[in-house]
Amino acid sequence: MSEMSPPARAPRTPTHSTARQADPVLEIRGLTVDYGFGTEAVHAVVDCDLVLRRGQVLGLAGESGSGKSTLSMAAIRLLRSPGVITGGEVLFHPRPVEGESSDPTIDLLRADEAELRRVRWSEISVVFQSALNALNPVITIGAQFDDLLKVHRPHLSSTERWDRGVELLEMVGMTGERLRSYSHELSGGMRQRAMIAMALALEPQVMILDEPTTALDVVTQREILEELMGLRDRLGFAALFITHDLSLLVELADEIVVMYAGRLMERAPAASLFRAPRVPYTYGLLHCFPPMHGERKPMEGIPGSPPDLRALPSGCSFHPRCPWAMERCRKETPVLTRLDASGREAACWLHSGGATVPAELALADPGDRGSSAATRRVAR
Amino acid sequence: MSTNVTTLLTSPEPAPTSRGSRAIRMPRSPKIIAGLVILAVFAVLAIIGPAISPYSPNEINQNWVKITCQQGPGLCIGEIKDGVPGGYVPLEVPLGPSAAHPLGTTLLGQDVWSQLLNSTRPTLVVAFLAGLVATALSILIGVSAGYLGGSADEGLSLLSNVFLAIPGLPLLIVLASYVPGADTSVIVIGLIVALTGWAYGSRVLRAQTLSLRNRDFVEAARVSGEGRLRIILAEVMPNLLPIIASSFLFTTLYAIGAYVSLAFLGLAGTPTSSPPGPWNWGIMLQQVFDNNAVNTGYWWWWLPPGICIALVGTSLALLNFGIDEFINPRLRAVGLTRKAARKAGISFRATLGFTPVMGGRKAPVAPASGSDDGRGGSSR
Amino acid sequence: MSLTAQEAAVPPVSVAPVLEGRGLTKYFSVKHGRGIFPGTARLFAVDDVTIALAAGTVTALVGESGSGKTTVARMLAKIINPDGGVVLLDGKPVPHGRPRSYARQVQMVFQDPFASLNPIHRISYNLVRPLTIHHLGGPDLNAAIEELLRRVALEPPQQFTRKFPHELSGGQRQRVAIARALSVRPRVLLADEPVSMLDVSIRLGILNLLADLRDRDHLAILYVTHDIASARYLADTIVVMYAGQVVETAPSARLTDHPAHPYTQLLLSAAPDPDRAEPPSLAGSGAPPSLIAPPSGCRFHPRCPHAMAICSTTAPPSVTVGPGHASNCWLHVEESRRVPDNPDVMAAKAGSTSLRPPAAPPPIGTTQMRRTEEDRSME
Repeated sequence: MSEMSPPARAPRTPTHSTARQADPVLEIRGLTVDYGFGTEAVHAVVDCDLVLRRGQVLGLAGESGSGKSTLSMAAIRLLRSPGVITGGEVLFHPRPVEGESSDPTIDLLRADEAELRRVRWSEISVVFQSALNALNPVITIGAQFDDLLKVHRPHLSSTERWDRGVELLEMVGMTGERLRSYSHELSGGMRQRAMIAMALALEPQVMILDEPTTALDVVTQREILEELMGLRDRLGFAALFITHDLSLLVELADEIVVMYAGRLMERAPAASLFRAPRVPYTYGLLHCFPPMHGERKPMEGIPGSPPDLRALPSGCSFHPRCPWAMERCRKETPVLTRLDASGREAACWLHSGGATVPAELALADPGDRGSSAATRRVAR
Repeated sequence: MSTNVTTLLTSPEPAPTSRGSRAIRMPRSPKIIAGLVILAVFAVLAIIGPAISPYSPNEINQNWVKITCQQGPGLCIGEIKDGVPGGYVPLEVPLGPSAAHPLGTTLLGQDVWSQLLNSTRPTLVVAFLAGLVATALSILIGVSAGYLGGSADEGLSLLSNVFLAIPGLPLLIVLASYVPGADTSVIVIGLIVALTGWAYGSRVLRAQTLSLRNRDFVEAARVSGEGRLRIILAEVMPNLLPIIASSFLFTTLYAIGAYVSLAFLGLAGTPTSSPPGPWNWGIMLQQVFDNNAVNTGYWWWWLPPGICIALVGTSLALLNFGIDEFINPRLRAVGLTRKAARKAGISFRATLGFTPVMGGRKAPVAPASGSDDGRGGSSR
Repeated sequence: MSLTAQEAAVPPVSVAPVLEGRGLTKYFSVKHGRGIFPGTARLFAVDDVTIALAAGTVTALVGESGSGKTTVARMLAKIINPDGGVVLLDGKPVPHGRPRSYARQVQMVFQDPFASLNPIHRISYNLVRPLTIHHLGGPDLNAAIEELLRRVALEPPQQFTRKFPHELSGGQRQRVAIARALSVRPRVLLADEPVSMLDVSIRLGILNLLADLRDRDHLAILYVTHDIASARYLADTIVVMYAGQVVETAPSARLTDHPAHPYTQLLLSAAPDPDRAEPPSLAGSGAPPSLIAPPSGCRFHPRCPHAMAICSTTAPPSVTVGPGHASNCWLHVEESRRVPDNPDVMAAKAGSTSLRPPAAPPPIGTTQMRRTEEDRSME
């Protein structure tokens, strides 16, 4: 990845700014999730806030142990035992229907079973990493669609259900006759497409994608992502895209949130995050991707490795690996704070402690050339 | 857990972990403890049984039969018949529990408690011997078949399939009837039972070996130049230990049932034949049923051996469950047991799909206030 | 099935390669079809692949899953026996099977750091075993182990020797696996996707370690990966595989800047590249072919935007398109030279089981033989 060269591409401002203005559809506030209980509890997610807006693609990036999958699964209460949600709220705002008063906002964490069942899949659906694990191996794809539609759309006849299944498969670029196949008969890419089709079957307002293309080869990954973005443009759902591959998110997401050791580290529009990271972890992460062109020179990753959640470093969890760590970082954990009016947020004592921000973390925002001087000073 | 060390950064010594090496740890699961306690009690009884039994199990104690208010089923015999001196008559009814006979007597005046004590050792010896031999056989055949593959696998699988297909009990009956020494020697009976019980374990072990054989660490051992036998013994077998232990317990459970059945059918020798066969719980039960003791309500005669068989079986099953938990960490509670959950006030559901939420609603945060929020965590 | 042996595709090396695979072929028998009696079919995982590893270089083998790259690595490690072709160590064929002396020369690092170390053994056991088997390490094995751990930057070594694998992170485990491979002082290290299962932030550390091994110890390293960017970073030469065959070979910078084969172009267009000015347009579509019944002629032709008539009938030869740069594509052959197979020749080939000895002479009646000789004279 080249550093510090002026952005050659037009920033994706059109979608980005309208997405920013759009209403929130899923709001996660202060979510805290533990594994286990009592003294042995491991804090997998600590006090995380996320706002997903209609039609927006929000990227959630992090490595192992960052808590990204835990966060998304906990938000829809799909977390397996011994996961426990110990605080926060997850507000789902249903789309206002024309001419009728909209359904009230539901707090998924306090909803009962019936409400959760109603919301799940018809309003919020999930695409998992491994479709082979998510699709039932002993029945055909068509039978699974049929099951789904029978439960949620009971007024459809069986022919109508089949037609809808065909329609959904064609929407993701497969032929309708694949409804007769079993999941093991499909290639990895096709399985993932089938998974996406199932997730879209009830026209949800939110789709959570947990590393949907990690197990696929690069070409299939590109095709599926293009397909997905096309569907998003057509159907208008919001997507929470979870991945460890930051380079993918830059091309895909409107806004990116970076997590580390269970906490949010940075939140910024995609182009800004990529061109002008404000947090040492993001900066380091962006420099872990060898470039495809240009001079071949040695690069350093981030020294050390992601911490074990059972034995987190004191203060800021990243400080043992941070080249700009200060004394304060060892003692106190920084909180995600707003940096400037553009909505960028960072959790780093470099920005909220009166310290001098190093040049690498004070690059000009691509859409924000005027206030570059201000950002270089301590921003509060 | 150690965080990480590279040449670029030295991190401080990691805190010692509670989960240390994989050395044998004291089992903390209540299932394992319960199972071990029960087995220990029976083991002690088996060892010291014949020594502490107050009477010989065969001894017919007609001297001890008294007339005054016997606890027969509803009878209180008060008359002296046939002029036997001293107020004693031969009583042809089993006596209930009394000071002299804590578990009462059989129809012939034999002490049930003594019979029980003398039966424990042969029964347990046969059961565990059969379990050991059968497990050894299943390891030999199953692991070889799994690792060697090819025609060796086919031949050995054929062998185990044949033994699986042959009905167990008829085979047992035939062998017990014709093999010399089956009616006197515990060892012979143990071997016979083992011969009918090894096949299932070998299938399980073969399947497990097949999956282990393709694991990278086995390939790595081959790449390092390890010999085949060494790989089987040092790399593959230690990973099979939990399954082997479980298979052993399962087979022992089967062996008890098989031995008791054989004895019940009179094929394992009787104590009164010559040469005498060993006492065991099966023989006791056989006498019970021969004398129709169940219908006539002589509960102290048939209940003790039945309870003993059930208790030993239960202890083996409990140990098996305990080992299952050890193998599959997901089954472990990690502090999130029902009791703990109730104390914390959250609903604990073992079912998937409804992650419990601990109470306490966090005060909604204005997402960009920039003020330091409270610390993350469950203390809201 | 390519018509020519691919010796011409091997880039010129200044010294003889340490480890070479020529014409490697491997097929698996698989059950094919549904029903009570599924038939068996042959799946050609690797088809006539030639690759050479020179000391002090890193050669990257790039391809998607199913391209056969892992199988090639395992054949070079001799834990899989090739069904066709030969493996040469220092130019001499290695006897069938895996003699212990081979383990001293050629070692392997596996993809999954969580599975390549036996969970029941301590780290010290994993490092002591190879030393003991090959009678190395001298009287003080502990010192030898500590030296190995220092070599892979696990310091202080005493902290790691008594640990079990589950107590280490993924990156540390992979370093231990590399240390184990180095314990016998091999000359060749075959790394099968060593960083794919590691966190992004620690991948570069492992790659830099491999580069260090190349520079200081002059190992010949094979780096198998699906990630072209990391291949470009680490490797001197990149070999691209598709559907069991080699399609392009080039020095790494040249491959990414001037990809010659349409499949390589497709790969490069699909890989995430945030520096791109515009979103990519995929140069081709579809999925990798079934290896049981691969497409005739060039296996890539169903997905190729430049496919021509000859591509569906005849497999392309290997063509040199630059210094050390060879590509298997009809696009690089002059129009007049694009001669499809004779129907007779094709029928004869279809009848054979296609397991040919390494340097089989090309069939008569084509111009391919002359083509390769000209290629050679051009280098």
